[in-house]
Amino acid sequence: MTRFDSLLDACGGTPLVGLPRLSPAPDVRLWAKLEDRNPTGSVKDRAALYMVRAAEEAGTLRPGDTILEPTSGNTGIALAMVAKLRGYRLVCVMPENTSVERRQILTMYGAEIISSPAAGGSNQAVAMAKDLAAEHPDWVMLFQYGNEANARAHYETTGPELLRDLPDVTHFVAGLGTTGTLMGTGRYLRDKKPDVQVVAAEPRYGELVYGLRNIDEGYVPELYDATVLTRRFSVGTRDALLRTRQLMEVEGIFAGPSTGAVLHAALAVAHQARKAGQSANVAFVVADGGWKYLSTGAYSGTLAEAESQLEGQLWA
Amino acid sequence: MAIEVRIPTILRSYTSGAKSVEGSGGSLSELLKDLDGRHPGLRGRLVTEEGGLHRFVNVYVNDEDVRFTGALDTTLNDGDSVTILPAVAGGAR
Repeated sequence: MTRFDSLLDACGGTPLVGLPRLSPAPDVRLWAKLEDRNPTGSVKDRAALYMVRAAEEAGTLRPGDTILEPTSGNTGIALAMVAKLRGYRLVCVMPENTSVERRQILTMYGAEIISSPAAGGSNQAVAMAKDLAAEHPDWVMLFQYGNEANARAHYETTGPELLRDLPDVTHFVAGLGTTGTLMGTGRYLRDKKPDVQVVAAEPRYGELVYGLRNIDEGYVPELYDATVLTRRFSVGTRDALLRTRQLMEVEGIFAGPSTGAVLHAALAVAHQARKAGQSANVAFVVADGGWKYLSTGAYSGTLAEAESQLEGQLWA
Repeated sequence: MAIEVRIPTILRSYTSGAKSVEGSGGSLSELLKDLDGRHPGLRGRLVTEEGGLHRFVNVYVNDEDVRFTGALDTTLNDGDSVTILPAVAGGAR
């Protein structure tokens, strides 16, 4: 169906496209789930819609309420759209080292932005949002890192879509942030196909982003359950950018840098399967398009220049 | 015979500021013991008293999280690259 009553109803149902040129062999194939084809252009529309609906149904979110969320980008934009259409005010806490496009889009949607220090990364944005929530008990923090509706969105939509389109899926690869995509989709696929491998690709940023004072200030999202995953890769800026460019040059897909990190992990497992003489269908998530990252320098100059431009930025 | 170990900013007080150090060992556990000889205290920040990896520490061998490859028993080979990172909430979420 391609006709919908409203933009909110057009969430999900994204295409799964094969990557014939990047696939290592005829029986080891890569498939891209194009989540940039969502209402605000990212996979986060699914989580935002589910979290808002769950809060509405629970009666914790009522017309005119203020939603508070620590987010450095896509979730904020997705929530800003949902909030606009359903009549809520949105306050986002985001690290100051995030791209100008995200701030402009959030502002256009009418969201308010509270900046957290770059050096503290997302950890500090989370901590600041928790403090603000304590100061404003009437504000509603959906808290994507710990909200079961985030993972449930993927259990109920992304997972079933994927299995319907690729019944013989062997690997599912996605980026690890809130962990919602991997937990929800991974659980669904494992329930239906216990042998499926669930692979996480975690962005590894420049040193500035890890500038915590103490190991004990680290953070693991409440949603995270390591038993859902089979493997977990850390992908550096250079590999992520290399793959982002390769995806565009070879398969024509203009994706954001986090997708490059995911593709890097997907290619690793695909090549291992080919070496082992196994057939494989490796599905991975294209979380968003590259548009919001043009100002970061990710797409101009040499790879080394782009890498140095992204030093200290949250590119995924 | 050397394994490169990348040290995060917050743990460089144990390595005299060095961003990376070299060590040896057939497993991650052996490597950390070897490193602790030259960089006393480092191992204690990574491994708990119960003998597991600290909850907010991630260790990767050739970019793969060791929690999925045998944790401290993960096998190491000459030329492997080990990266230690604190757990963070991630980026654009």
